[in-house]
Amino acid sequence: MYLEMKHISKSFGNFKVSDDVSFGIERGKLVALLGPSGSGKTTILRILAGLEHQDEGDIYIGGKLMNGVSVKDRGIGFVFQNYALFPYLTVHDNIAYGMKLRKKSKHEIQSKVSELLELVGLPGLGSRFPAQLSGGQRQRVAFARALATEPQVLLLDEPFAAIDAKVRKELRHWLKDMIEQVGITSVFVTHDQEEAVEVADELIITNEGCVEQVGTPIDIYKNPQTSFVAQFIGESVILDDYAYEKLRGFQRQEGAPSAAIRPEFVKVIAAGQEPEFPSIYMNGVIRHKEFRGRYTELTVQIGDIELKAEQQIDEGNVKKGDAVKVMVSRLFAFDSKQTYNLVNLGLKNENIYYI
Amino acid sequence: MKEEHKLITIILKSGLITWLLLLAVWSFGAMFYTDDFLPGPFVTLKGMAGLISDGTLEKDIMFSLIRVLKGWILGLLFAVPAGLCVGYFKPAGYVLEPFLNFFRFIPAIGFITLFLLWFGVGESSKVSLIFYAVIFPVMVNTIAGVKSVDYSLIEAAQSMGAGRSKVFFTVIVPSAVPNIFTGVRLGLSGAIICIVAAEMLAASEGIGYLIYTSRLYYRTDWIFTGIFTLGIIGLLADKLLRLLGKRFLYRFGVR
Repeated sequence: MYLEMKHISKSFGNFKVSDDVSFGIERGKLVALLGPSGSGKTTILRILAGLEHQDEGDIYIGGKLMNGVSVKDRGIGFVFQNYALFPYLTVHDNIAYGMKLRKKSKHEIQSKVSELLELVGLPGLGSRFPAQLSGGQRQRVAFARALATEPQVLLLDEPFAAIDAKVRKELRHWLKDMIEQVGITSVFVTHDQEEAVEVADELIITNEGCVEQVGTPIDIYKNPQTSFVAQFIGESVILDDYAYEKLRGFQRQEGAPSAAIRPEFVKVIAAGQEPEFPSIYMNGVIRHKEFRGRYTELTVQIGDIELKAEQQIDEGNVKKGDAVKVMVSRLFAFDSKQTYNLVNLGLKNENIYYI
Repeated sequence: MKEEHKLITIILKSGLITWLLLLAVWSFGAMFYTDDFLPGPFVTLKGMAGLISDGTLEKDIMFSLIRVLKGWILGLLFAVPAGLCVGYFKPAGYVLEPFLNFFRFIPAIGFITLFLLWFGVGESSKVSLIFYAVIFPVMVNTIAGVKSVDYSLIEAAQSMGAGRSKVFFTVIVPSAVPNIFTGVRLGLSGAIICIVAAEMLAASEGIGYLIYTSRLYYRTDWIFTGIFTLGIIGLLADKLLRLLGKRFLYRFGVR
């Protein structure tokens, strides 16, 4: 592991912001620290940078112990949430700042700055001041500035938070491409799942100062290991008190009274249609229908259970109040410690039959 | 119709109305009193012309200006670095802040007699008095500037390898410029206020002297001339300062 955090703990007063945090990151990987606000993800990033110092635990970068090393000697590049560009310096001087501190020659600085401006797609804007740039452009400059000192690790704090939705999508792809191109080990903080899944090679899910799960987006999505991850990832509906055993094809998993059901696990068809596995379909009623742009969100009631489902635009057209047939393909059953990935028994049997 | 609207807005914004109104009230008021008690605009202008033609007003302006400039510049040379240090280096703050918080509530005028006693009736007592009047607004504003620096800029500099002194010179000082500049302007107005008081008590030239001695000759118009001169000097000096600030410190956020 190129970058390692081992049993990092940190408190502000009585409040534990990091609680025995451990994880490792391979060289060249782009990793997202993902969690709700207040989950301690930014603190982890700042401890990694040396902007905060842990009370306990060790940090290694490239095999070297970094515990007492201050931020200026840690060899990291940091992109701040508000970019923190020096407003009184031109774009050129902002990018050149770290190199000037390192007493690089004028010529070297000049060519590196032009190279970086070229890289981030802002050639010719070197003489502008930050106030004369758009939010997206400022972010690119902040990125170029962080890379100028050739750091070993790039850390980004909510890099897209201050940018409007349209540009944000563009910038995500851009950042992913950039980081791949440069090949630098990078960690960024976000509270936006979509963003994390789209950009990162690997996710570190944080909650209440702890690391809940580390893995690739697909892995975390398919196999949430803690109840928090099961609830946090995806837009799940949560059922308590073993209510899920009323759903056809599921049995009680002892010790796991709650269940998280994501919209994509729920299939809704019109009452008249004949499904492939009729035995696991239940009768339901559409309670709400909300158009969400790319899809329609349905709220469907089965007995006393309400579930959410997504319907693509070309997938038929059920209306509010319609009687429908509903099937749940799988769900995550959990208690406070453990998560079970339950697949609809009807589907399981059919699968065995077909294979 | 539109054109007229524009013209009205320009006139309103220029402050011309205020001045015309003031002049009207003044002229109206002056009609009821003798010229010795309340001279009108015309009488004042005549008195001013007299003072200019014999060179008194120019001489007094020069003396006052030179004193103000000396004290003000010396004050800035001390107060800006001191304020930066007090704001940034904690130990300097512990030593200097109590001193600052005590003396800044004592007006310079309170010290006039003492300064005359200590520095004599010559120029140095007046310059020291202005120095005293200038350093407090400048220091207080400079310290406020240092303390209001965006902390993420400091962290950004550190993350790129800046140590404490580099952070001071490349982040703290430039970020504090707008506040320092406000202090510099306040210092100048403080200096002008203070010089008049000092010249009234102990001087044989200067605007303050002019205002104070005119009472001996019953020349109320000269007093008015002195007062107007002060106002105009202050106005012009501040205007000039702001222009210079805008021209040379724009990138630091001085508007």
